Amino acid sequence: MRQKKLTLIVTFATTTQAMAVEKYCLENSLPGRIIPVPREITAGCGLSWKAAPGDRELLAAALEGAGLGWEEMHIIEI
Amino acid sequence: MIYLDNAATTLRKPQCVTDAVVRAMNTMGNPGRGAHSNALSASRVVYDARCKIAKLFGCKRPDHVVFTSNSTEALNIALNGIFEQGDHVITTDLEHNSVLRPLYRLEKAGIISLSFVPADSRGRADQDAFLSLLRPNTRAIVCTHASNLTGNMIDIARVGKIAHDHGALFVVDASQTAGAVPIDMERMNIDILCFTGHKGLMGPQGTGGLCIREGVEIRPFKVGGSGVHSYDKEQPSPYPTRLEAGTLNSHGIAGLSAALDYLNEVGIEAIRDREAMLTRRFYEGVSKIDGVTVYGDFGSEHTAVVALNIRDEDSAIISDTLYEDYEIATRPGAHCAPRMHEALGTTEQGAVRFSFSWFNTPEEVDEAVRAVAELAE
Repeated sequence: MRQKKLTLIVTFATTTQAMAVEKYCLENSLPGRIIPVPREITAGCGLSWKAAPGDRELLAAALEGAGLGWEEMHIIEI
Repeated sequence: MIYLDNAATTLRKPQCVTDAVVRAMNTMGNPGRGAHSNALSASRVVYDARCKIAKLFGCKRPDHVVFTSNSTEALNIALNGIFEQGDHVITTDLEHNSVLRPLYRLEKAGIISLSFVPADSRGRADQDAFLSLLRPNTRAIVCTHASNLTGNMIDIARVGKIAHDHGALFVVDASQTAGAVPIDMERMNIDILCFTGHKGLMGPQGTGGLCIREGVEIRPFKVGGSGVHSYDKEQPSPYPTRLEAGTLNSHGIAGLSAALDYLNEVGIEAIRDREAMLTRRFYEGVSKIDGVTVYGDFGSEHTAVVALNIRDEDSAIISDTLYEDYEIATRPGAHCAPRMHEALGTTEQGAVRFSFSWFNTPEEVDEAVRAVAELAE
């Protein structure tokens, strides 16, 4: 059976916002990657950024510093 | 064949545009619909194109670049999304039907009242009228950057300042200038810039969009699939999703993105200089021919368009003869610019429009001048 683990999920208001974050993170070697938004967070669709829980502060500071928007940050078991 | 109908669409595109469209059609999924590599590659291409458009036009936020299928759609979204009952709108005689018809419809519905900046018999807008037509309830000035019929340009930086000094919005139709003339939304006080991708930008047909200044609110013209917040009953409010219901033309946008790379490599100034040289060469050639009437004001800023008639000959027949006998493609008739033709006095005759692009040559221009001279004999 698949082992669940704690994960940081960053959600976005639009695909454009997700793309802006992905571009910035790749250019600045920040951790994580795009995945579909887990159902536990929102029963809809869309893209989210997945990283390790310990990266939360780093990512929040970096994105805020770059003026990039996101909706919410969650640490959930997926 | 000599293609001189570039104001309708640029026929010849850079090879990189075609290559990008083919690559996109073979590899790209639906942008914003899923997180597998094909969908993400499409989303990345679309986002990159937003960034390039924002940079080109001085739009501060790439997420305020909204893609549409052409500038008509962009103008319809803008004009149907900003006005309230009782607003007054100023526009000009130089406009294309893509501006006129949405405004006429709003006027007929009793939502707006409309005033026109008049054009003289040489197609020049009365610049002072932008100021004198202002009313306390003027909500917006909507104008083209250049006439698609005469090539006459409007000093949009000046008009933008008039609009903003009055607290009105400034909406610009850049269909004839995007990619061929530098545009800076900040410097020119533009609130909404509507553009098409398939003319001066040299991208594929089916691409276009609008760039929106931060803080300008446009109600959605269409609502539907957004790829986010699927259980909400209303269209998500953040731009660009607010105005982009449905699958984007990402294949076309991939081509547009490649075209923007090409434009940046060549430089808009270089394109403008070359097109101005070709236009001047043609104008000087045909304006000397007895029996030829050239429309427009060539003493001031101009796009790569020359409209003319030969005596009282039907413009459709002249255009057809140019194609049949000389293999020169031009555009006759009314050019979707009814008020401009009324100002020029060419409602009945129409006019033959020659329009040039970066890819035309002086030799092609000379051949077109010779053809006009022969037809005028």
